[in-house]
Amino acid sequence: MSQVQPLVQEIVIPDRVKADNPRQSLAAEVAERSGTELNRCYQCRSCGNGCPFVQAMDYTPNQVIRLVQFGLRQEVLTCKTIWVCVGCHTCSSQCPMGIDLAAVMDTLRLMAVEAGVVIGKPNIIDFHEEVLRSLEKYGRAHKLGIMLGYKRQTGRWLKDLDLGLRMLAKRKLDLIPSRVRDANKEIADLFTCYWRESA
Amino acid sequence: MSDVKPQDFSYFPGCSLATTAAESNRSLMQAARILGLNLIELEDWNCCGSSSAQTMCRNLSLGMAARNLSLAPAGRPLVAMCPRCLHYLRSAQQCLQADPKTRAALEEKWGRPISTDLEIIHFMEVLVRYGLDRLKANARRSLKGLRFVPYYGCTLARPPRLAKETYFQGEMEHILTALGAEAVPDALMYRCCGSFLSATDPEIVTPLVQEIIGSAVAAKADCLVTACAMCQLNLEIRNTNRAKIPIFHFSEILALALGADDYEEWFVRHLVDPRPVIQKLSKAA
Repeated sequence: MSQVQPLVQEIVIPDRVKADNPRQSLAAEVAERSGTELNRCYQCRSCGNGCPFVQAMDYTPNQVIRLVQFGLRQEVLTCKTIWVCVGCHTCSSQCPMGIDLAAVMDTLRLMAVEAGVVIGKPNIIDFHEEVLRSLEKYGRAHKLGIMLGYKRQTGRWLKDLDLGLRMLAKRKLDLIPSRVRDANKEIADLFTCYWRESA
Repeated sequence: MSDVKPQDFSYFPGCSLATTAAESNRSLMQAARILGLNLIELEDWNCCGSSSAQTMCRNLSLGMAARNLSLAPAGRPLVAMCPRCLHYLRSAQQCLQADPKTRAALEEKWGRPISTDLEIIHFMEVLVRYGLDRLKANARRSLKGLRFVPYYGCTLARPPRLAKETYFQGEMEHILTALGAEAVPDALMYRCCGSFLSATDPEIVTPLVQEIIGSAVAAKADCLVTACAMCQLNLEIRNTNRAKIPIFHFSEILALALGADDYEEWFVRHLVDPRPVIQKLSKAA
């Protein structure tokens, strides 16, 4: 006769309950990195009402704050809004609670790049990368090179072609880049960040 | 301090004024020369980092701006004309003040000291210090009859992170009305021009620019005067309104009033020809 198994196994009760997710909340992380207290937001929508670019956004700035408070990391890091924001600070200067929304957007963009998520407005990050390529090479922005590189990435060669030609005719686009003397030494050295590996 | 003449300044042109907005740089140099202000271009300056470095990597953004600070000789203020350059240079300085470790690391890397109490000011501040009366005494051409919208755009008046710094709301009006022009303030003076979205998503920017220009036309202004070279460009290239209205760099109107005579060279570089407005002005005189 085999030994009868006890019906109830011995249960080990830990003397302390460990939280499942010790990670800092999204709201706390964004507040810390942006240096602005976003939990003061009471959804008055001043930011969204004043934003000149709100029509091109998928969430209004106050909705972005809400996503952060709810901890919806994926939704907020992949949204378009954070990329459409150019940091004009209209929202920040209108917020009755003194929340620097532009700093929040800044932080969320960086977090999206760091997390390597799908970018909500890929053409905008393409543009920023093109600018950085120019800065790495010359130490200064060579606008003609940036626009050509950007067109190569997006494949939209005909867009703004007439404008480009008009600017060339007015000698507003220099063919030869203005550059830093020892760009290879002092400037290229600064380009050691993670975006290079992912790009 | 004692052996440095008070009118010496280090000058940071930035990428726009060095290239697309060369007319702003040229007219600024003329104005400074007439006023006896010695703007000494920062030797071997680099881009301030702009929004792109700020977006992609904080260290890069700080490093780009900090290298410029390391090139600036102590004892004379660093002057910028582009509001965004000014913003990034000041932000970097604040960062380095709070972070002596990074500052020391950068100083060692470049073998140059970075002064954290270097004064970083906009050219508008230089004019405020110069004094309106002295400025008026140098005027050679009256701006009488010129109705302008002082267009500040977003950066010269806002960033809360730098809230303790001086911003220059009203300063363009003070200066240009003292020189005889008439400010038309009932237009969209602080509405953002669209910044880099003008390059990536013109369809977002065009209606905004039309609204800004439309407000200026409705207020019966002859022109807009901008404090920022990027605003100037965006307002010119993204205006698809039938009404074309010239967009001047602040430095152009200033230099014009001070009697600079190479203005044809600046104005041919504009996409909206400003010469009819200028001719109207000289006829009235």
